[in-house]
Amino acid sequence: MGVPMNRIKWLLPLLYILFVLLPIYWLLNMSFKTTNEILGSFTLWPDQFTLQNYRTIFTDPTWYVGYLNTLAYVLANTAISLAVALPAAYAFSRYRFLGDKHLFFWLLSNRMAPPAVFALPFFQLYSAIGLFDTHIAVALAHCLFNVPLAVWILEGFMSGVPKELDETAFVDGYSFPRFFFRIFIPTIAAGIGVAAFFCFMFSWVELLLAKTLTAVAAKPIAATMTRTASTSGYELGLLSAAGALTIVPGALVIYFVRNYIAKGFALGRV
Amino acid sequence: MSGRTPNQKAWWLVLPVVVLVAFNAVIPLMTVVNYSVQETFGDNQFFFEGVTWFEQILHSSRFHEALQRQLLFTAIVLAIELPLGVAIALAMPRRGAWASVCLVLMAMPLLIPWNVVGAMWNILALPDIGLLGHSLNAMGFDYNFTRQPLSAWLTLITMDVWHWTSLVVLLAYAGLSAIPNAFYQAARIDGASGWAVFCFIQLPKMKRVLMIAVLLRFMDSFMIYTEAIVLTGGGPGNATSLLSIDLVKIALGQFDLGPAAAMSLIYFLIILLLSWVFYTVMTRDEPQ
Repeated sequence: MGVPMNRIKWLLPLLYILFVLLPIYWLLNMSFKTTNEILGSFTLWPDQFTLQNYRTIFTDPTWYVGYLNTLAYVLANTAISLAVALPAAYAFSRYRFLGDKHLFFWLLSNRMAPPAVFALPFFQLYSAIGLFDTHIAVALAHCLFNVPLAVWILEGFMSGVPKELDETAFVDGYSFPRFFFRIFIPTIAAGIGVAAFFCFMFSWVELLLAKTLTAVAAKPIAATMTRTASTSGYELGLLSAAGALTIVPGALVIYFVRNYIAKGFALGRV
Repeated sequence: MSGRTPNQKAWWLVLPVVVLVAFNAVIPLMTVVNYSVQETFGDNQFFFEGVTWFEQILHSSRFHEALQRQLLFTAIVLAIELPLGVAIALAMPRRGAWASVCLVLMAMPLLIPWNVVGAMWNILALPDIGLLGHSLNAMGFDYNFTRQPLSAWLTLITMDVWHWTSLVVLLAYAGLSAIPNAFYQAARIDGASGWAVFCFIQLPKMKRVLMIAVLLRFMDSFMIYTEAIVLTGGGPGNATSLLSIDLVKIALGQFDLGPAAAMSLIYFLIILLLSWVFYTVMTRDEPQ
């Protein structure tokens, strides 16, 4: 039983990867086809290979500005989330204070709030303070679910670092800020990488709130795509090309943190 | 969280998080609570209604049906994604270039915007020009996800499995990587079977990450909106109208603020309650 099992073990990940790549392949295939070919016939690869869809996206501002808008609020959100989550996670992992457990659960409970519930109140709130249709509005709104997650992940990593590290540093005469930035942050770099990965990921993929909080100036790429599908006919080729391009930033991020993901979780909550 | 020193000044460190999240959570939540007890006829005229909307929602068959669909959907995807994700993580190589390739490729679906995920599966499943739809029909299956509820459900579930199994794989893989080699050597010396190694070494070591996986998958599958609305739009009919879809239909489609707000609160409470149950059950035997 044991030996044959081990021999075919690699099959499962391989099949799963093929399953993962299949829809991505189909999206790429569609993105290199002309609209006529898409609607006219069923072909496994483009007969008349065209880059026209991509050319449209890179030359038409309504398209490429969407990407820049999305990148702007995602990066802002990741920076804000980490900046506020780092000290908080340190407090949760090192100190006991009044109401700490309740506070921790309250924070996590916000990760459980369905965005559909908050769409309308968010629209009213951000309109009232004059931030509607700005990048910062989306960046702040996404903090609702990213900050609790970042605190949760970072707290796990920090609890894995022995307290002796802090005590030794304070005995050596380090002030708290100097210890925090010079010693502590480099020690949990992997954890920060993992937290940043998750913040980037959940902000990049979220659309409901991003769409609700923007109109023109800060419109995310995903919302531009929805408009194309509904108004200017069914331009599947263009839609596929835009979709294929939204995969690129994510793929780059994964490539950079690939070694941290496994190592990171292992150091943390396990 | 053991061995922490009491220090009330720690509140200063958590203050920024509290302010930020309170701004984003408490104010909108109060708005929702406010709407949930009032009736509006436009023109900013509001009338106090008490718990009328809550009673109406809790007794409406529409809400019950959406809730049942939601529970069924979440149960099915959890039942598929968790065992599958753990099995894949177990079968993956522990280190080396092949492991990195696996991780990078598998993580791809996680970083695709949710509406693109929906659009991509829509294109793949179109009965006439989609790879999946075309192939299934060519093989003689009667498949059309815009017309048949069963096809729509199968497509929706396959899409979710495609989208999120990788998260379980990543977490389980991280848990497995943390097991020192000495554990396996000891097991080999004792002549433990593969199944015994799984039950007594791998599973206990993965417990924490699997708990995170169950909680995240439960919460996110319970809130699924964008992917599903792009793929099926809740249809055919109401066949795939999950809770979020139904909620947005009521809130933004019909602009029934009162009932929508009441439904929001009930929805949120259900997630909180079920998450708390999961959390309690899974951490029950753990020494605190």
